[in-house]
Amino acid sequence: MTAPEIAILGVGMHPWGKWGRNFVEYGVVAARAALDDAGVEWHDIQFVSGADTMRNGYPGYVSGATFAQALGWQGAQVASSYAACASGATALSAARAQILAGLCDVALVVGADTTPKGFLAPNKGERGDDPDWLRFRLLGATNPTYFALYARRRMELHGATQRDFAKVKVKNARHGLHNPYARYRKEVSEADVMASPVVSEPLRLLDICATSDGAAALVVSSMEFARSRAAGKPVRVAAISTVTPRYPNTVIEMPNFSTDSGAGAALPELSFRDSIAAKAYEEAGMGPDDLDLAEVYDLSTALELDWYENIGLCKPGEAEKLLNDGDTTIGGRVPVNASGGLACFGEAVPAQALAQVCEIAWHLRAQAGDRQVEGARVGLTVNQGLFGHGSSVILTV
Amino acid sequence: MKQQVPAIDGWFTDDAEGPRLIGSRGVETGSYFFPRALAVSANPAAPTERREDVLLSRRGTVWSFTTNHYQPPEPYMSPDPFEPYSVLAVELAEEQMVVLGQLAAGVDPSTLTIGMEVELVFEPLFEDDDYAYMTWRWRPV
Repeated sequence: MTAPEIAILGVGMHPWGKWGRNFVEYGVVAARAALDDAGVEWHDIQFVSGADTMRNGYPGYVSGATFAQALGWQGAQVASSYAACASGATALSAARAQILAGLCDVALVVGADTTPKGFLAPNKGERGDDPDWLRFRLLGATNPTYFALYARRRMELHGATQRDFAKVKVKNARHGLHNPYARYRKEVSEADVMASPVVSEPLRLLDICATSDGAAALVVSSMEFARSRAAGKPVRVAAISTVTPRYPNTVIEMPNFSTDSGAGAALPELSFRDSIAAKAYEEAGMGPDDLDLAEVYDLSTALELDWYENIGLCKPGEAEKLLNDGDTTIGGRVPVNASGGLACFGEAVPAQALAQVCEIAWHLRAQAGDRQVEGARVGLTVNQGLFGHGSSVILTV
Repeated sequence: MKQQVPAIDGWFTDDAEGPRLIGSRGVETGSYFFPRALAVSANPAAPTERREDVLLSRRGTVWSFTTNHYQPPEPYMSPDPFEPYSVLAVELAEEQMVVLGQLAAGVDPSTLTIGMEVELVFEPLFEDDDYAYMTWRWRPV
């Protein structure tokens, strides 16, 4: 069943970095930029949808209200969503539901984060019933530990090499070179990656994304509202997927100690990661061949290669060839992470899925500057986070 | 020798036959679950099925592995100075599931390969003045 569409009237971001300021400041900057871009006044926003941060206390858990207050209370209805790395897409989904239900015409979606230095760590305290706490205590299983397990598996199954992984970083670094919102804007060579210290074998420091401060925001509306406001055809949201896994999920996922057991149930037709984009394609009535570009969640360089297969750009085991043939480089068949990806941004959890949407929107409006994917008409975002979250958004124009 | 106490209660046993992880099995579907305490999952075909405690297979094969070269944040109890450590994902054949665990002390991680057979051992994870806090680990057979 294809879903009815909503319009993206405006997009805005605060540059990614390690700025050390309150996340609310970044969110307000991104929100004002999106409002300006949309030509919509703050007092006209009827619904504020916040993507939560878990690392900034109570204001982070009620981010929708936090941003609404910081922009100046004006009576809008509010919601706040947390879905790990998919939080931004879930907040967008909440706004879409309000709009498609006819409960509001125009909504503001905002996600922002301030991150500590180093590894993402669990919340403090002795919490022996929280798998996210226990995985650090009992195993030292950091996030890169899981990325490395996938990467080693990819090397074993598909013959990927550390040099292939390095090439992903080289590509993304080049893509992000002129992106004003990216944190890292510097050419990186294969030799640089190979010379960087090993974090979790086989992954090195430059294979793994950092954590960053940043913010992204969208102004979205009904198609009718968009037609009444703007000249020309707006970018449209054709699909939002926020699916959960199907039992049994036999791939080890953060923050779990084990997979589901395949002993008592037939394996699902699609793996969880495959199912995330599949649902978006179904909603949009499209397939991988329709894509002009994609923004995928390169938590590690190796994971970007997995995503090529998970979103159907190629068959399992062919991602290295796709990369090495230049198909996923700007100018290639279907550029991936034209923004520079997490390799150039670092992860600002609640803002990241929205930043992916901002990037696609700029390309579909031919406003992506030096990194523009020429003639882009359809783009897909995809990500996955812990606790069974994932999201994919398809935009079209 | 310090008194040995489990680093977490109810996740494993150390009986005469050697250490085993304690999981549970749904009596209707035969699905396995580990750890029991966190109730991490359910088979949607029988979400309310009764579960019986079972000892998971002591041996499995390596699905994947990694060695960490940076000190993780708390609550990881790092030796001082920090030492690199390895984490294995091990596939259990009968349970058709993958279970994580650290690599046993003294094993050279460069000898690890995917598909290698490993077995569960019982080792101290960290110690304080009075106790050795014990955990499960995987050691090549």
